[in-house]
Amino acid sequence: MIALNINGHEHQLDIHPSTPLLYALRDTLHLHGAKYGCGLGQCGACTVMVDGRATYSCLIPVAALAGLKVRTLEGLGDEAKPSPLQQAFIDEQAAQCGYCSAGMIMRAQALLEANPTPTDAEIRTQMQTNLCRCGTHMRIIAAIKRAAVTMASLKEAVR
Amino acid sequence: MNQISRRHILGSGAALIVAFTARPSLAQEAKLPGSLADTPMLNGWVRADADGGVTVFTGKGELGQGIRTALLQVASEQLDLPIARITLIAPDTKLTPNEGYTSGSHSMPDSGTAILNATAELRGLLVDAAATKFGLPADQLTTSNGTVQAPDGRRIGYGELASGVALDRKARPGVKLKDPATHSVIGKPVPRIDIPAKMTGGAAFMQDMRLPGMVHARLVRPPTYGATLLSLDSTAVEAMPGMLKLVRDGSYLAVIAEGEWQAIQAMRALAQAAKWTEGTPFPDQSKIFDTIRALPAKDTVILDKKAELPANLRTISASYRRPYGMHGSIGPSCAMAILEGDALTVWTHTQGVFPNRAAIADLMKMPPAKVRLIHVEGSGCYGHNGADDAAADAALLARAMPGRPIRVQWMREQENAWEPYTPAMVTEVSAALDSTGKIVDWQYGVWSNTHSNRPGNGARLLPSWHIAEPLKPQPPTAIPQPEGGGDRNGIPLYNVPNARVVSHFIAEEKLRVSAMRGLGAYTNVFSIESFMDELALAAGADPVAFRLAHLTDQRARDVITLAADQFGWTKGAPLPTGHGRGFAFARYKNLAAYLAIAVEISVNRATGAVRLVRAEVAIDSGQAVSFDGIRNQTQGGVIQAASWTIIEQVTFDRAGITSKDWRGYPILRFAAVPDAVTVHVIDRPGTPFLGTGEAAAGPTAAAIANALADATKLRMRELPLSPERVKAALAV
Repeated sequence: MIALNINGHEHQLDIHPSTPLLYALRDTLHLHGAKYGCGLGQCGACTVMVDGRATYSCLIPVAALAGLKVRTLEGLGDEAKPSPLQQAFIDEQAAQCGYCSAGMIMRAQALLEANPTPTDAEIRTQMQTNLCRCGTHMRIIAAIKRAAVTMASLKEAVR
Repeated sequence: MNQISRRHILGSGAALIVAFTARPSLAQEAKLPGSLADTPMLNGWVRADADGGVTVFTGKGELGQGIRTALLQVASEQLDLPIARITLIAPDTKLTPNEGYTSGSHSMPDSGTAILNATAELRGLLVDAAATKFGLPADQLTTSNGTVQAPDGRRIGYGELASGVALDRKARPGVKLKDPATHSVIGKPVPRIDIPAKMTGGAAFMQDMRLPGMVHARLVRPPTYGATLLSLDSTAVEAMPGMLKLVRDGSYLAVIAEGEWQAIQAMRALAQAAKWTEGTPFPDQSKIFDTIRALPAKDTVILDKKAELPANLRTISASYRRPYGMHGSIGPSCAMAILEGDALTVWTHTQGVFPNRAAIADLMKMPPAKVRLIHVEGSGCYGHNGADDAAADAALLARAMPGRPIRVQWMREQENAWEPYTPAMVTEVSAALDSTGKIVDWQYGVWSNTHSNRPGNGARLLPSWHIAEPLKPQPPTAIPQPEGGGDRNGIPLYNVPNARVVSHFIAEEKLRVSAMRGLGAYTNVFSIESFMDELALAAGADPVAFRLAHLTDQRARDVITLAADQFGWTKGAPLPTGHGRGFAFARYKNLAAYLAIAVEISVNRATGAVRLVRAEVAIDSGQAVSFDGIRNQTQGGVIQAASWTIIEQVTFDRAGITSKDWRGYPILRFAAVPDAVTVHVIDRPGTPFLGTGEAAAGPTAAAIANALADATKLRMRELPLSPERVKAALAV
């Protein structure tokens, strides 16, 4: 059995240890946020957070995740209560087909947690690994900037 | 039933459908608007529900372009019913009208127009039903929020009126639409209905679909075109964990397993166990344009204007080239199918559930009535990619394991190696300027394969290439003018008294090709609009002024003027060193949206890297339903076309395709995308919808090439404008 901590929940999965995390999420846990895009770590559609770092779930085997915390798009918020970053993507209408969005959001979330006030250049550098074919890049950048502002004001409100 | 008689029946069935849709009996009646012309029955489009809601049916699928929201806006506006109370049924061969393919920027002109008129007519019928109940003339009644109101304060909901409305009859031509001045939904901001689920992990895509008992399939394709299976030792593969079935039909190979990862592992093992013949040698990529140019072509003169030419002409000539290009959807193609008894159901992100049903029925040797295709959204679709083939894969594999839903998804390298590409193309143009700098002669030729090998018959589905008994291929055909295929936008919109345009259709295909966003328009507009700048330079004229001097169409002039003004073409500050500016214009298909673009680019002389820095775009797609939808599609069109133009090309060696992943086929990434692409929408309320999705591609390519010429004095006529090529040209 493989132990996985996904979005704060412990799971015991009867899958082969070499199974990439992506298939454990999608096929075993039915968490469909992370997407298969290339299986090669070239497009970022499968990006999730592992202990706060943006990680290609198509490459990392479940056996490598013992004791680590995995966070997926579903762990941020849901349709009824989206997270500030998800809401910013909705507000900016930062999608066309939306297939790359889960990976974009998780990589941006990792950025904003490490660097709450990124510059445009820092956003572009961080997001460089993730591909969008519809050409929604500038809206994605705008959404990340919008989320940085709302997340900062939320932090302020908590204080 | 033997093969010949079955084909005969299918053939006559197809002919019957054609005869039905042509409907000669309607010739004397007024033509119904949009797709109502093909599906005139009102109940094909709308249904008033007893709960007060309305169900709307469309044959056009959501491809990431936001069409569902725009269609709902149209229906909501005409019905005076909130979007939340309208159910929009996606393409489904059992439920919705046959609107062919979701392609060619046709969704708003075809389906949008049909739904606009059908919902307006339904509203009128609901008002008539209320008028009877109230005993009042219909023109005294008003509608709002799903109810009909009388001047005396009486009101009645649509739900109570639904049973009194007969929709099993033909739509009426000339139905009264709302005055655009009173619109409260069309042209107003309405967020996309599909975005919240997509941003939060809700099941939104074909790739996310699950059914009880579902199993996973993966394919083992031959290494290249024409390779056939020599031998296969499958013993070890069949013993792998989770393995349910190995499917082999000639050189068609697949595995079905309980788990998705198990299927992928079995696929890899099976690929190792299979031995293949060498396959068809590929052409030499370094000589591909000469190869294409030398292939036999069928010539069609698509423009022939004669006028007496003055003396003292200055003639210049040029030739332009674009390589094979790839759709490159981020999500590889996927489908699911189940065979229950003699009935096959396929869930697919195809662009055309009806034509692909015909093709799959053909491939499966099943009656089309026993095959149902249901559209489920896939990853962004920019034309004929692997979707139809994946649907056929699922269908074949469902037959191998009846009763279980079979989910199949292509791997990245399979998508890249087997999808139909946009064809490589060559154009040649020669034009003459008179002594005043006016174009008086224009000679143009375009060489291209077909831009549509879409199915309809089963031989065009990829599995048919590999099964033991392939279907007989249909010869490729050219899409005729006025829309055109390789010659789409081959005719310049500029006023030229003497002009000849020849479409050279090449039947022989060196690579698998079909439709991609804009078809030949991308290359033709790149050529024409690059050449317009070359002519302007020769005439000593400003490129924008030069275009306006040859255009009388006011809507064309309006987008050009707006884009130039917004860019600061005449009044802007000087550009930084190493930057250049470029302009281009086209009316898509010469009959759809008008678009003009002004760009600023930067050129890194050390690396040869060209970057689109900013763009100002003006677009007129007729009556605007969703301004943000038009902006989003246009921004995306500019960025995608910038990627095609600057870095993209399918690569191959003699053994086959080599651009099998994102390293082999790079597309623009964040660091290279522009600072800003600003889209200015010219709304034409009350006029026909012209469509949006493909308008930006050609003009973007030419504007970038023109800006490169402005920055470097280098005129580059072969795409892509890659760093290696630009660096090499700068070194000369």
